[in-house]
Amino acid sequence: MAEKTYLQAISDGLRQEMRRDPRVFVLGEDVGVYGGAFKVTHGFQEEFGPWRVLDTPLSETAIVAGATGAALMGLRPVAEMQFADFVSCAWDHLVTIAAKQRWRAGTPVPITLRLPSGGGFSGGPFHSQNPESSFAHIPGLKIVCPATPEDAKGLLASAIEDPNPVLFFEHKHLYRRIKGEVSDDRYTTPFGEARVHRAGDDLTVITWGAMVYTAGEAAEKLAADGVDVEVLDLRTLIPWDREAVLESVRRCSKVLVLHEDTRTGGFGAEIAATIAEEAFEYLDAPVRRIAAPDAPVPFSPPLEKAYIPQVDDVVAGLRELAAY
Amino acid sequence: MSTGTQVEVVMPQMGVSVSEGTVTKWLKQPGETVALDEPLLEISTDKVDTEVPSPGEGVVAQVLVQEGETVEVGTVLAVIAPAGAGSTEAEPAAEERVVADAPVPEPATQAAAAEVTASSSAGEGMPSTPTPAPVTSSPHVESAGNGRTFVSPVVARIAAEHGVDPNAVAGTGQGGRVTKKDILLYIESGASGVSPPVEAFAPEVPEQAPAAAPAPPVSATPPAPETPPVPAAAPAPAPTPPAPTPPAPVVAAAKPAPLPAAPHAPALAAGESEEAMTAMRRGVAEHMRRSLDTSAHVTSAIEVDMSRVVVAREDLKQEFQATHGVNPTYLAFVAKATVELLPRWPYVNAEIRGEKIVTRPFVHLGIAVALDEGKGLIVPVIRNAQDLNLLGLARSIADLAQRARTKKLLPDDVQGGTFTITNPGGFGTFHGTPVISQPQVGILGTYALVKRPWVVQDELGKDVIAIRPLMNITLTYDHRLVDGAYSGGFLKELRERLEDWEGSSG
Repeated sequence: MAEKTYLQAISDGLRQEMRRDPRVFVLGEDVGVYGGAFKVTHGFQEEFGPWRVLDTPLSETAIVAGATGAALMGLRPVAEMQFADFVSCAWDHLVTIAAKQRWRAGTPVPITLRLPSGGGFSGGPFHSQNPESSFAHIPGLKIVCPATPEDAKGLLASAIEDPNPVLFFEHKHLYRRIKGEVSDDRYTTPFGEARVHRAGDDLTVITWGAMVYTAGEAAEKLAADGVDVEVLDLRTLIPWDREAVLESVRRCSKVLVLHEDTRTGGFGAEIAATIAEEAFEYLDAPVRRIAAPDAPVPFSPPLEKAYIPQVDDVVAGLRELAAY
Repeated sequence: MSTGTQVEVVMPQMGVSVSEGTVTKWLKQPGETVALDEPLLEISTDKVDTEVPSPGEGVVAQVLVQEGETVEVGTVLAVIAPAGAGSTEAEPAAEERVVADAPVPEPATQAAAAEVTASSSAGEGMPSTPTPAPVTSSPHVESAGNGRTFVSPVVARIAAEHGVDPNAVAGTGQGGRVTKKDILLYIESGASGVSPPVEAFAPEVPEQAPAAAPAPPVSATPPAPETPPVPAAAPAPAPTPPAPTPPAPVVAAAKPAPLPAAPHAPALAAGESEEAMTAMRRGVAEHMRRSLDTSAHVTSAIEVDMSRVVVAREDLKQEFQATHGVNPTYLAFVAKATVELLPRWPYVNAEIRGEKIVTRPFVHLGIAVALDEGKGLIVPVIRNAQDLNLLGLARSIADLAQRARTKKLLPDDVQGGTFTITNPGGFGTFHGTPVISQPQVGILGTYALVKRPWVVQDELGKDVIAIRPLMNITLTYDHRLVDGAYSGGFLKELRERLEDWEGSSG
């Protein structure tokens, strides 16, 4: 047990998987000699050699297609997109081939795509996105969005073990900002089980990724008002923990869905719709969403701050709900 | 100057299970101006009677549903045209113009009035510049259609489960809306009145100290009976003069008011105070009047020497309480004797259905329960009471009392009764004429058990005066179906059964 950053937990977890399973290898742009754009695979090539830590050409199509082929041949590739934004280049191979192979031919495609995502550091429109909902819509893909170092390591192990293509969204803004106790032993964190980040009985916030912390801070401010906010960290979007969400909604009756992704068609819409379908008679207020506006992520720091939901935005939303 | 589009006024959804409503009164007539949220009309539904606030401001252009008509939820009742726009009523043009110049077309008002949209904030036209704030949806409670009576799904469900009228709850939410916490607190506090009916219920008749509030010795249906729409309402075309105030006399004449509460009540005199009728009170009022209008009520009474019952009860009391935790009340004894008898007197346990008389071999026994502080009545039903022995009946009665007290009665618990017993004797009353719970044809009333000097025969056949526990029992029956001799026969057997009570009968 040691305190590790979110990034260190991912790095250590990946190394642990590579040590225990020779089928696991990594590939991506600059993951080898350079150690990865964010240094997640720093020192990996020295330990595992150039054939298990593979520098690829600058072609996301080639990376995902190659990973898919390797998976079909029995390996467990972990492919890194330098930024999650770039996965759109690999859309065809990911969506048309990898996601459907299991249904077409019955063959599993155990690939893990590591997708450094999210904004908050002026990365601009090409390096800050949270495209999870685009892929949540594709049957056959699993979507993981850890918020804590402990979950990052455990969910990465589950992703690598999973026989399906898993998109592992690791939030860049959490990489070095968030620290937590992480077991040195190997463990897996199951998919589809939400984590109660903060227990409460008056309002439910459903969120994931970096917004878990935004929600947590907002909840503390509401506590000063005497309003007890529960924060649910979904941890995985596909599959997502409907039971935990519905249980919390039925108990609290007022719910806020929060995400850093843009609003229209964001995964929050799916959650809100499910609540309306399954827990309508338990609602005491309209389901409320707070999300980024339907626009690209701005580069300018003040604009980016205005764009990404901030603690004050969530506090205002929660207060409105509480007063409803 | 455009004031946007016309606004349609629709029949609001007044509760989860309410599918239709009746227009009871138009407060605005075609041609009259109306402000946003100003009361526009009154409606009546199974659950509540309420005012409908105007969803927009302007002029009442059309009234599409007349007073007395019952329509489905969502039906368009009227159209509000923007002030200044061509109204179908040509008359008060000048007045309209004045209004149109005044507070009219703030876009915000229009947006709120025209349609309830939760997504009206940012988010749409933003390709040119990034919006400076995250997109949030704002719940506008004040524009949510039903105005002050808006009931959220969870509040509607809790209200239905507990038989509570949400309108009776003080709301702390936006615009005075009743929140989930409000209604839960209200129910917990017992203020709903659905609680402690046990006093009035008085399973322990003679030992019961008279409670403060006299419960009406009557029976009634649960709060939401299948209220028939206003019968034979001439669909008053309301040829209203363009008067600025609603012409009350016309309305009153055209409407065979379903309730005694007249809409044009005179002003309060000094010292008088008024309160809104709860839905339950309206339901009770409607049912009482309807029952008296339906059945030919006649009441007969018997005096019953309960000596043997008193002894039997003393014998059983300890065993019942120790072994089963149930108190064998006098009411349970009377209920047991009644239920045993009813199959032999099928017309007392019958119903007039159209031109037919319906009898049945089973007894679904209603037990009238008065609510706290005169707040209403409820008649939970013991299904298939004929299958229960004394213990089972006593237990069922206690269970109903308990659940009535804790507001745990379910809708099924208060439906389908075939005969009812009401027990106002806990207050010491010795006689009453209960009102039959429709569509039944009989209701038994039990009264105070009192010790009285009573002429009995001694072992030599001589008349002597003894002290005996006497109970008066009445049968109020519908003389359309039950004749005096028939009811007398039933009562005679009931008296004999109680006076000759055999211990084994339990």
